[in-house]
Amino acid sequence: MTATVEGARGTQPPVPDGAVTVTVKIRRFNPEVDDEPRWDTFDIPALPSDRVLNLLHYIKWYVDGTLTFRRSCAHGICGSDAMRINGVNRLACKVLLKDLLSAGGKPTTITIEPIKGLPVNKDLLVDMEPFFEAFRAVKPYLITYGNEPTRERIQSAADRERFDDTTKCILCACCTTSCPVYWTEGSYFGPAAIVNAHRFIFDSRDEGAEERLDILNDIDGVWRCRTTFNCTDACPRGIQVTKAIQEVKRALLFKRV
Amino acid sequence: MSLALDKPRSPRRPAARRSNGELYSWLFMRLSGLLLVVLVLGHLFIMNILDGGVHKINFGFVAGRWASPFWQFWDLSMLWLAQIHGGNGLRTVINDYARKDATRFWLKILLYISMVLIISLGTFVIFTFDPNITN
Repeated sequence: MTATVEGARGTQPPVPDGAVTVTVKIRRFNPEVDDEPRWDTFDIPALPSDRVLNLLHYIKWYVDGTLTFRRSCAHGICGSDAMRINGVNRLACKVLLKDLLSAGGKPTTITIEPIKGLPVNKDLLVDMEPFFEAFRAVKPYLITYGNEPTRERIQSAADRERFDDTTKCILCACCTTSCPVYWTEGSYFGPAAIVNAHRFIFDSRDEGAEERLDILNDIDGVWRCRTTFNCTDACPRGIQVTKAIQEVKRALLFKRV
Repeated sequence: MSLALDKPRSPRRPAARRSNGELYSWLFMRLSGLLLVVLVLGHLFIMNILDGGVHKINFGFVAGRWASPFWQFWDLSMLWLAQIHGGNGLRTVINDYARKDATRFWLKILLYISMVLIISLGTFVIFTFDPNITN
């Protein structure tokens, strides 16, 4: 291919040494044209040290500029590029091609789909609003009563340790959209909202634990969790999501935070 | 607070009902599950393995067992626990998978009616069983 394609950046750059050709199979949907999502495949050169995000960039920049996906920092911090890669939810910027290559030099196909359970706007871009609605509903901010202290709110290292794991959440939606309960029933708060509630419920400086526990005690709250551990497997930050949900269940069960 | 007007058109969910129903149903599933393991495995062992297995079961065998309040209680608790445990499990499945509120409502009504029917019929038989019945 010498001619540039629509929306693309320019001609394809020279193929670097050590590159292999991989097939990238992408689940695409253009609301202006398609009635149903469709599969598109691209054969592109890539280095084993590339991330999946590099492959998507290559396709968007040099092969098909209409490919749509989110990404911002591209370093696993912003949480924009969550997608279903070979059937599991991952951040495209954290998955290396060498971990997806077939053994023995056989041809490799990488399947990329939008995360499941949220409405698809276009290609890999989903409407995150239902996800953020659940997040807002658990009041993910500091709640205190009484006069504000004149000094900073002090906390011991041991008290900080209790919710340390759940502070790592970047709201990428990998966990929530890997949850089979969330797939079928979108009114379930989902793992990410519970993780962010956990972060404040177990914070010794916060006084809103009871409100949040009430919210999570309802029909769409923690009792919907079936402990399938999909969320823990999916979390790109390594948060023990299912454990956090269990801790909220325990707090409700024994009326003790 | 400006927060309430932050996103006026975004979906909102109803306020929490402050009820412990889901907690109790979750807890019941764990406890009844433990009991059912003992009750059902014991039942299977007595019925299918002990004393020649399934071939020994006849009218007289059942009549002999139900003469004792212990086995009456065993069978009664097995019936109630299994029905409510299974019914509650199906209720969660319906809650998860029914797409429309109407479907969800009618499936649950169907479920509850069948539960009540089976529980009452079983309880009725256990307590009114007459070993001296002829034909």
